[in-house]
Amino acid sequence: MSGDGMANAEPAQGVITARAAGLIGCAECGRVHRRDVPLCTVCGAPLQSRDTASLQKVWAWLFAGMVVYIPANVYPMLRTSTFGNTSDSTIVGGVLELVDHGSYGVAFIVFFASVVIPISKFIAIAYLAYRVQTGKRGHARHLHLYEVVEFIGRWSMIDVFVVAILSALVQLDFVATINPGIAAVSFALSVAFTMVSANSFDPRLIWDTREGTPA
Amino acid sequence: MTDSLANMIACPKCDALHRIPHVEKGARARCVRCDTVLMAPRDGAMTRIVMLSATGLILMIGAVFFPFLELNVQGLGRKSSVFDAVLAFSDGLMLPLSFAVAALIVVLPIMRFMALIYVFAPMALGWQPARGAREVFRLAEVIRPWAMAEIFIIGVAVALVKVAGLATVTLGPAFWAFVLLVIVTALKDSFMCRVTVWQTLNQRRV
Repeated sequence: MSGDGMANAEPAQGVITARAAGLIGCAECGRVHRRDVPLCTVCGAPLQSRDTASLQKVWAWLFAGMVVYIPANVYPMLRTSTFGNTSDSTIVGGVLELVDHGSYGVAFIVFFASVVIPISKFIAIAYLAYRVQTGKRGHARHLHLYEVVEFIGRWSMIDVFVVAILSALVQLDFVATINPGIAAVSFALSVAFTMVSANSFDPRLIWDTREGTPA
Repeated sequence: MTDSLANMIACPKCDALHRIPHVEKGARARCVRCDTVLMAPRDGAMTRIVMLSATGLILMIGAVFFPFLELNVQGLGRKSSVFDAVLAFSDGLMLPLSFAVAALIVVLPIMRFMALIYVFAPMALGWQPARGAREVFRLAEVIRPWAMAEIFIIGVAVALVKVAGLATVTLGPAFWAFVLLVIVTALKDSFMCRVTVWQTLNQRRV
């Protein structure tokens, strides 16, 4: 209807949720079912009005991710040997090295992907889960925060790939060798755990407390 | 009752109920409460997804087996392929990480391309959905966040800068195959709207 090609879906009597109407909406495909239907007839996904175990899973995976993030920063990520000298570098050490070389742009990318994203992700997931748990009102901006977390989390894997590429490429015997450090494993685990944590969050929980209150 | 349920849609992100609107090809319908895109039908989307997935598969084969990067220091040279990057963690304790890297940059992207071709090829030809199309498409959606080919490319760029001072690095054909792969993946995902796909799959079912 409008020029920008957007047509808003028509709300059924203001905003009413499937749950308030005594129905279940499929989280996968949006199909609406009666309460006694166990599996979605369109996509076959198990139907649940809300994932009740969601928060438990979120907290468990989040803590696991935070715990393995500690060794990821303490232990070396890369072990570089040039002409017989071996040096270890941690995640932050690698960033400082890049700054020393004057590659500020790349230093920023690595710092952002390996430090800023993981830590803000921990905070964001904890904040969202805490709000839901304490029954605070949710708004569209909380869903957007969740979507950003979901979208950006995977990019933290960059550093693990960098280590893999460098270790594969720089194997020149005495001149230069780069080998992966144990932190690569714990960092990869940390990223994976927080991704699972974010995926376990049921975004429909964000809105729930609004339902009883008049809009 | 069942009939009226079929005319409604619940937003997968916030559970708000909507009557299914009529959406023109190329337009989008968004959720009134949280602005999530509910429906976005596109002309020929299915055909495009199949073609882009097939392109992706072919590029992936090239990307894995052709040399990826070549390093030269004082006469010493070394070529490495994506396969070598996967094997970088292959000793001892880090072996599981080798498997994980292989899965993230090669296996899962390939699985996703194959799954999408399986689901969309019969639909693009106007046939009935293939057997098990629902399960296969759900699997493809589960895999989506774990297919990290595009992140690998950024990793390569960072690695290049790190070794630039140490040696001369030449980009191999596989690097460019990977770059194309990333573009193809992004294009393909932009044509795909999950709810629309499910609605189409449902209509075509016997």
